[in-house]
Amino acid sequence: MEFSELIRTGQAQAELLRGPEMPPLRGTLCVTGHHLLLSPGPQATPDLWLLLLRSVDSIEKRVAGDAGTITLRCKDLRVLQLDIEGVEATLDIARSIEALSSLESVITSFPFFYRPKGLRLGESWHFHPPERYYKRVARETRAWRLSEANEDFSLCPSYPRAVIVPRTVDDDALARSARFRQGGRFPVLSYYHAPSGTVLLRSSQPLTGPQKRRCAEDEELLQAVLAGARPGARGFIVDTRSAQAAKQARMTGGGTEAKSAYPGWKRLHRPLERGRPLQESFVHLVEACGDLEQSMDRWLSRLDGCHWLSHVKAALSTACLAAQGMEWEGACILVHGAEGTDSTLLVTSLAQLILDPLSRTMAGFQELIEREWIQAGHPFQLRCAHSAFSHTRPKHEAPIFLLFLDCVWQLGRQFPLSLEFGEGMLLALFDHSYASPFGTFLCNSEKERCLCEVRTRTHSLWSGLNQPKEQRKLRNPLYAPNPLAIWPSVEPQSLRLWQGLFLRWTHPPEPSEVAWEKVWQIATDQEKTEGSQPTDSASEPQP
Amino acid sequence: MEHIRTTKVEQVKLLDRFSTSNKSLTGTLYLTATHLLFIDSHQKETWILHHHIALVEKLALTTSGCPLVIQCKNFRIVHFIVPRERDCHDIYNSLLQLSKQAKYEDLYAFSYNPKQNDSERLRGWQLVDLTEEYKRMGLPNSNWQLSDANRDYKICETYPRELYVPRIASKPIIVGSSKFRSKGRFPVLSYYHQNKEAAICRCSQPLSGFSARCLEDEHLLQAISKANPANRYMYVMDTRPRHRMQSWWATQKDIGRIILNAMANRAAGKGYENEDNYSNIRFQFVGIENIHVMRSSLQKLLEVSGSRGLSVSDFYSGLEGAGWLRHIKAVTDAAIFLAKVLIEKDWISFGHKYSDRCGHLDGDPKEVSPVFTQFLECVWHLTEQFPQAFEFNEAFLLQIHEHIHSCQFGNFIGNCQKEREELKLKEKTYSLWPFLLHDQKKYFNPLYSSTSQKLAVLEPNTVSFNFKFWRNMYHQFDRTLHPRQSVFNIIMNMNEQNKQLQKDVKDLESQIKQHKNKQTDGVLTKELLNSVRPESPALKTSLCLKEQTLLPVKDALRTVEGSSPADNRYSEYADEFSKAEPAVVSSEYGVARMTC
Repeated sequence: MEFSELIRTGQAQAELLRGPEMPPLRGTLCVTGHHLLLSPGPQATPDLWLLLLRSVDSIEKRVAGDAGTITLRCKDLRVLQLDIEGVEATLDIARSIEALSSLESVITSFPFFYRPKGLRLGESWHFHPPERYYKRVARETRAWRLSEANEDFSLCPSYPRAVIVPRTVDDDALARSARFRQGGRFPVLSYYHAPSGTVLLRSSQPLTGPQKRRCAEDEELLQAVLAGARPGARGFIVDTRSAQAAKQARMTGGGTEAKSAYPGWKRLHRPLERGRPLQESFVHLVEACGDLEQSMDRWLSRLDGCHWLSHVKAALSTACLAAQGMEWEGACILVHGAEGTDSTLLVTSLAQLILDPLSRTMAGFQELIEREWIQAGHPFQLRCAHSAFSHTRPKHEAPIFLLFLDCVWQLGRQFPLSLEFGEGMLLALFDHSYASPFGTFLCNSEKERCLCEVRTRTHSLWSGLNQPKEQRKLRNPLYAPNPLAIWPSVEPQSLRLWQGLFLRWTHPPEPSEVAWEKVWQIATDQEKTEGSQPTDSASEPQP
Repeated sequence: MEHIRTTKVEQVKLLDRFSTSNKSLTGTLYLTATHLLFIDSHQKETWILHHHIALVEKLALTTSGCPLVIQCKNFRIVHFIVPRERDCHDIYNSLLQLSKQAKYEDLYAFSYNPKQNDSERLRGWQLVDLTEEYKRMGLPNSNWQLSDANRDYKICETYPRELYVPRIASKPIIVGSSKFRSKGRFPVLSYYHQNKEAAICRCSQPLSGFSARCLEDEHLLQAISKANPANRYMYVMDTRPRHRMQSWWATQKDIGRIILNAMANRAAGKGYENEDNYSNIRFQFVGIENIHVMRSSLQKLLEVSGSRGLSVSDFYSGLEGAGWLRHIKAVTDAAIFLAKVLIEKDWISFGHKYSDRCGHLDGDPKEVSPVFTQFLECVWHLTEQFPQAFEFNEAFLLQIHEHIHSCQFGNFIGNCQKEREELKLKEKTYSLWPFLLHDQKKYFNPLYSSTSQKLAVLEPNTVSFNFKFWRNMYHQFDRTLHPRQSVFNIIMNMNEQNKQLQKDVKDLESQIKQHKNKQTDGVLTKELLNSVRPESPALKTSLCLKEQTLLPVKDALRTVEGSSPADNRYSEYADEFSKAEPAVVSSEYGVARMTC
């Protein structure tokens, strides 16, 4: 396909308004296959402004006289206004942007063309292979093994090639269990908690159906998990749907584990919102955050009405429940909802952040996202197709990953010294999950990524983020490793709106940015002076 | 003391307000003349000053004992269970008596003795000098002068002796104007902005009905206007909401000019200035509700935030219903805030009715209002918006709030300067400021930057998003709700360490220099070598010292500090790691156990 067919006009004169704090920019506007460029001329600084077309969420055009205005609402919640000379030019540019920003083909997307200086293609994809983690667990426990049963993605299209399962369960049993679970997502290990010897598992719902079918291999698999942990160990199944919803799922072939079929396992229901309601909550919150004139009462009632913070609270407390079950009760935990690709991953990844000091480091967090979100088959392509401004009816969109980032932000606010990464990292992940020059968040599963050859033809986000020049933006200057579990408070008084994200563009927090700069300075001063100490004492003259 | 019948009760349980699993600590309760003290089995002490107690309630007897709930003015709520009802009854009665003193002389400040001698005490009182404060503003000058009209509190009882008025305003005009104003509070200078030659004045509402005029008052306002030659108009800001007034509504919202702040927040409708009679004057009404509305608003807020198992939705609809943040926004909207906050001058000397508003004495409950709490909250919101503009930190604000109610120091006792003189506060009690100054390290904002030009005059953004629930104020004592690690503490420690390290580096460098000098000075003889040697251990010890100074700092991050009750309460929740379980998790697991 040729991009040139979609570009109706090459360029036009335009003025760009970027919000109250930034000066407007005048220059020549130009639409290319993946970008919108504005070039103010060679003397100006900066000499080029550009926007990835993929990050445009909605576009609005207005014409008056012989000029037009285009309002671009971006997926990172930014709102831009372009004043363009000429009605025809305005309409053409608007149509071009509309067409190019909604292209669905993966292999023509920008990551396949992005070739930054200093990064070599294919080099960075081995930053955080989950196999490394799985091998370590298998070695440490001796109760688990790496299986290649899913090598050709035949058991489960949304799982990666390598999965980790109880040592005593063979690949045939896995295949049967996979047939009993929705989308083939049979129970696999998500996290091994060494201090208590317990494990966190995830799967999708069992396909019991109205006849309450059972599957002997699936039951054996969960039995083997308990036996592998320690004799007499108990297990909890955290179902992220309400008991009612789980029961109703039987009518459509789904369901939940019967008590009698899984001795030693108890079921707990913790309903978490997902899908359409979550997307609507996001849309309403962003709407409320865009209104600068509203009264105090109106703001509070909209904040309440969108329920976003209720979702944050529910997600965090369910994760705490799972984490507490492992650390304090010494129980194994299996988490699943229906498909096991959304709220399930939210709970398992948050529980790991709470329990595991390693996952709170920069590398550990990247590894966690790679293993628990990307490789675990969270359908990024579907969920992040549109952000909060889109006028199209949402089909599969849901800000589950954003909800995860918000929960992590709340953890970081309550334990400001315990996370190695800062707010900048979370913001970057949010931006890149919706539109990115890197290939990391492309596609819905490992299988699709293999088909598109994402690994060989695009760059990994991790290699981009791990460049030294990015570090100051992404790191937490106050980080001090904390070996303990971090239990957050989930009372409403302790949860706050993530202003850094939801009010990032409407409400520039300039004084706090300056203050943060100062914190960095204090922290680096400390490193410098501490570091300089030995050289001084070394230069002590030897008599 | 005659009110105390029981001084010690054992096996008392202290319940955690937010834990749903009824977790409790068992310990011993002591009643002293000034404090209620609870020591739990871990020897952790909880001190409650009698003056802080706002409400004592005895609930219905349960199987485990008699519950006693104490609500404090610093928003602490404690829930004891006393095993025997008789003990509970005795303590209840004693606290009822002790928490509401009938006389000023019974307040803690009059018996509090921090072992200072008289000259230290006097110096403490002189720390904040209003004349100096006015001098800093460049007063007196050609337009403004000190008036002795109120020397004997004859014109206005609630004003201090020293007042600044326009130079051209004569005494008869002042006297005339004061008769026209509620409580005699005629317009006087509150703040003078040297660079812009603009002044903030304040007064109470005019007493007249709609028709009456007072020529002297009009003259005085004219005089004020003339004393500000740089500005064409002067603005009169009425802090009452418009619906209480018949209203001219001036929409200009101009700050930095003259603003006559009608501090009249008592009963509405007594009157206002008639614009026709005051030329060059613009009126502006800002909707700040009266004290009764404020009091019930805060009450509602506390009810919401105090309930157990609160859902996010309940919390926000409660916040909205209470309207507290709306009031805070209104106050901030109306006020001009300058980089320096002048608590002493603005609030104490000019007769904020501390004793009535804070309910120190047993009196009319209708006169109690959280206006000062509101002021502190506005300042807190500013510190949130401008993290580098204030030299003090949140702990400082909390500590001041604590002592408004504690009656431990003389600063906030009495309703006006005159009453305070009559009480001989300066001789009989101590000033709070030297004590805060002594601990000033705790109250410094490590990010404070005095040089930033941008911060000279703050321009707060009063968009609704900026107003948040002040958790550290209203849940100061509910540890489970707080962040488990404090950024402020660690930055402060880092700052301290940096300073120490830099000093060490300098010391070492100067020693190195000395060495070199010595080496180049003389021939290297054995004697010289020996004279050098003794210095090497000195170097080593300085390094060791550094290690030692570093260690406690790092330790402090991991332990709970603050053993003495007089210590800053802030440190009580500065422990870094969550050894305690968060309330909700335990409740969740409570359910899990039941289903097993």
